[in-house]
Amino acid sequence: MDAQTIRSLVAIFLAAILTENYVLNKFLGICPFLGVSKKLDTAFGMSCAVTVVMVIATAVTWPIYMYILVPNSLEYLQTLVFILVIAALVQLLETVLRKYMPPLYNSLGIYLPLITTNCAVLGVTMLVLEKGAADPSFGYVQSLVNAFGSGIGFLVAMLLFAGVRERLEDCDIPKTFQGLPITLVAASLVAVSFLGFNGVVDRLAG
Amino acid sequence: MEKKKSLWSEFTKGIIIENPVLRLMLGCCATLAVTTAASNAIGMGAATTFVLVCSNAVISLLRNVIPNKVRIPAFITVIAGFVTIVQMFIKAFSPALDTALGVFLPLIVVNCIILGRAEMFASKSKILPSIIDGLGMGVGFTAAMLAMGIIRELLGAGTVFGLPILSGFMEPIIIFLLPPGGFFVFGMLIALAGKLSAEGKAPEAMGCSHCPLAASCSKINEKKEGK
Repeated sequence: MDAQTIRSLVAIFLAAILTENYVLNKFLGICPFLGVSKKLDTAFGMSCAVTVVMVIATAVTWPIYMYILVPNSLEYLQTLVFILVIAALVQLLETVLRKYMPPLYNSLGIYLPLITTNCAVLGVTMLVLEKGAADPSFGYVQSLVNAFGSGIGFLVAMLLFAGVRERLEDCDIPKTFQGLPITLVAASLVAVSFLGFNGVVDRLAG
Repeated sequence: MEKKKSLWSEFTKGIIIENPVLRLMLGCCATLAVTTAASNAIGMGAATTFVLVCSNAVISLLRNVIPNKVRIPAFITVIAGFVTIVQMFIKAFSPALDTALGVFLPLIVVNCIILGRAEMFASKSKILPSIIDGLGMGVGFTAAMLAMGIIRELLGAGTVFGLPILSGFMEPIIIFLLPPGGFFVFGMLIALAGKLSAEGKAPEAMGCSHCPLAASCSKINEKKEGK
């Protein structure tokens, strides 16, 4: 692997975390972002589980699409096949973790059933294919790096926001805005700060 | 008469009291992502409503056939089938809408509103109330998205449905079309809906009770506690 490839992979990874952040920029995975980000440790466990499932799901769905669906011109089955593959994968992962790695199961496994219907996971498997269609150099390795970066981006957003929410707890908020409204306004401000990363990644890679 | 009235209340509850987006906090991703223009909001709302009504009807018919243990995968399969139909239909008849909605069109399959209604309502009710429930929830979802779409398009681009409204009065505030504007407008709308509701405040946070997977999740939590 030459320096150019490695540099482009680093750019893909950073872009997935900062400028194309799934939660703050693409609005994928908002439900866990608002629901689970209340406590730091649950936010961390959930995001790690999401990252693992994102990478494994992309690793499995990419070849299925390229080598089974496309040659048989069954692209229209993408949605149906992907969601079933992800559901089966999550179930499998849960069983394997429970059998062989009980400590890991106790920290990550409990979030797994919630991940089947997490739109960020289905989203990443579809978006990497979209990117691959637009740019032929975006292949299997690039897709995996993108999936991993997206997961880390999700983790960063969740952790940042868990911190923000812990501070919000002590604030004197008008009754109408208590709970979710103030959380969303805070999310808006965090998203503004992420807009500042636009351009940074291009310059790093270019 | 009695029956008619109850069906009517099934319909209206989805629009106001149990509005899926503003009160139950379901389907937030799509609401935030596609509401940069009012027309996108209508297209997304219509697509979701169609899937919701069809999947509610089918799941209600199959409720005695599907074994309890595999009900979630079964529901997802039914929903994914209808989403594929909608996808092909929109690709054929409105390619512009297909481009505007992008990945969020296939992502209807994981929209919590649909799985949530299947789990909470359609799997326990007869077909007619299920269809009406799906229709009401769909209309409520569309209405909330339309409100978001109109506000964001008006402030962010100065237009509504592409018609220039604010041109000459003020400069468009582009940030309302960007992700931060989406979060901000959504927060304001939830606060407003909370103020107008009976309790006079917005929901605290998304409780587990509204999550479509709450049942399978709490079982696991019990196991963790060593029961």
